[in-house]
Amino acid sequence: MKIHEYQGKGVLASYGVPVPKGKVAYTPDEAVEIAKELGLPVVVKAQIHAGGRGKGGGVKLAKTVEECESIAKAMLGMTLKTHQTGPEGRTVRRVLIEEGVDLEGAREMYLAVLVDRAIGRPVFMASAQGGMDIEEVAEKTPSAIMREAIEPAVGFMPFQARKIAFGLGLSKAILPQAVKFMRALYSAFEGADASLVEVNPLLVTKDGQLIALDAKFNYDDNAMYRQNEAKELRDFDEEEPLEVEASKYSLNYIKLDGGNVGCMVNGAGLAMATMDIIKLAGGSPANFLDVGGGANADQIKNAFRILLADPEVKGVLINIFGGILRCDILAEGVIAAVRDLNVKVPVVVRMKGNNEEKGKEMLRSSGLNFVAADDMQAAAQQVVEAAGAVS
Amino acid sequence: MSVLVGADTKLLVQGMGRHGTFHAMGCREYGTNVVGGVTPGKGGQTIEGFPIFDSVDEAVRKTGANVSVIFVPPPGAADAVMEAADAGIAVVVCITEGVPTLDMVKVDAFLAGKPTTLVGPNCPGVISPGEKCKVGIMPGHIHLGGTVGVVSRSGTLTYEAVGQLTALGIGQSTCIGIGGDPIIGTNHTDALRLFEADSRTEAIVMIGEIGGTAEEEAAAFVKEHVSKPVVGFIAGQTAPPGRRMGHAGAIIAGGKGTAAEKMKAMSDAGIHVVKSPAGLGAAVAKVIKK
Repeated sequence: MKIHEYQGKGVLASYGVPVPKGKVAYTPDEAVEIAKELGLPVVVKAQIHAGGRGKGGGVKLAKTVEECESIAKAMLGMTLKTHQTGPEGRTVRRVLIEEGVDLEGAREMYLAVLVDRAIGRPVFMASAQGGMDIEEVAEKTPSAIMREAIEPAVGFMPFQARKIAFGLGLSKAILPQAVKFMRALYSAFEGADASLVEVNPLLVTKDGQLIALDAKFNYDDNAMYRQNEAKELRDFDEEEPLEVEASKYSLNYIKLDGGNVGCMVNGAGLAMATMDIIKLAGGSPANFLDVGGGANADQIKNAFRILLADPEVKGVLINIFGGILRCDILAEGVIAAVRDLNVKVPVVVRMKGNNEEKGKEMLRSSGLNFVAADDMQAAAQQVVEAAGAVS
Repeated sequence: MSVLVGADTKLLVQGMGRHGTFHAMGCREYGTNVVGGVTPGKGGQTIEGFPIFDSVDEAVRKTGANVSVIFVPPPGAADAVMEAADAGIAVVVCITEGVPTLDMVKVDAFLAGKPTTLVGPNCPGVISPGEKCKVGIMPGHIHLGGTVGVVSRSGTLTYEAVGQLTALGIGQSTCIGIGGDPIIGTNHTDALRLFEADSRTEAIVMIGEIGGTAEEEAAAFVKEHVSKPVVGFIAGQTAPPGRRMGHAGAIIAGGKGTAAEKMKAMSDAGIHVVKSPAGLGAAVAKVIKK
């Protein structure tokens, strides 16, 4: 789960990572109050779940209270477009008002902790080239990135932090502070079950202070059950409304841009493969939708409602391999959905596995206009043709 | 012969709740020798004919169990894997979905140097149809005993591949669902190594997904060490970057882990890569000339 910068900094600060003083504002008035409290200058930072905000005009310095007010006014409600938001951009609903940090003579570096799945260990990553896109650094000068794998039994050791500090070219005078900073960062990663903690830039000021000037913090979704405070941090405004709706019914739905064939599948791998075969058949998948292993009729109906809420959908492909999920349960849900929702677009159903014959018979005798397909290939071709005919 | 599980499997079920009990019965029905279950605090009871033990250690001593399958919910799943390894279980299959990644980091470190092989978590399990041994939640009836080894990160997509093979009369030696999480026990390379060494297995189906670099590593292994024909497929050719496609591991991040990269690495290694998931069975038939 992604959270906002100010929330991430809050988590980091609670583990002892130094961050600039600041508070979130939802209105220009709040922004002004916070600026007065902090003292000027302040930085106004748009809070959206995407990077590249600075280039898009989402980070601005205010030298006076009036300036802070006018910037906050302009920023709140604006549509911010960055390389991570896509062309439609994101609406800014919150701004972070932060004390201005003196950048004169400061160095910008990069620190991150994430799990390296290839070795099954958390890895501390660092680069002296902070403030820029780390993926670009990784591509152009991979040697500029240091990596330290962490043994879970002992955690992130001081010698590893020293190794990184020396590698970054930090002076001996600030070594103890740097070690403390990095160990606090790792504690936050471990204690709060992060999937990624990134400090970019890590600022080393002229007078030798280390500050997390910007921070990104993502939670491990699997660990949410033991991170109670994290639940409060979820911002539904940052998520696709249909995806939020789907999650209420334990459905895993992801809307894809520009697709015309809606699909409903059980299992993530088969769902991806179904998207692939729609594309190979000349169509374009409108969504990823995994109804899970034990879906019931009610879930099937809601899944249908959600995927049809996308007006681009001109045909629906249902591809179910019933292992645990029974085909008759699926058929019951599909029939109810098509009746109740008055579905107009063609629906191609391919089901296999448990109670397959019973499910097929139910579809046939429903009096509704289903297209039955025996295999994935035929199903994909039929739905693409049908969707093409409709549009 | 088969790999990981087979005729000599004595299966223990950890987590005999509703879900665990249901699948314990499914495994027994298929023909697996299910010797009991473990639910701490319920030792001495019998559930659906299965003797229940308080600990894996006790169960191993009393039944000689050598394989365990785990249905324990996420908060206790890592502990359950470690308990099984500590008790000397040779193959541990963790079905549980939603185990925190940092718990798996600890499991991975705990298992290092121990003789236990972990499959999963978040996987459908392992089945050797020719020896009537099913350890997991897959529908047994779609399988057929034979000589093709199947390894896959996903559940239902594996069933799809198996369904195609069986429909063509091509049987399977063992099918291993390795799971879709970022950190797993047995990976593609491990499974390929097992199939290469297994005298019964003639050909291998390898099904991957977007995300990570496990398929690329497996491809490199195939090039160097696998003499048997391998047919491969990668799901997620149409997946957009930055979005997690259901499985925690299925995400294209930082331009890495795309289907195109994986398919190229696999083709370069001599793997018969199919673009369409519907073409898996036919591709296998071609390589084994059936």
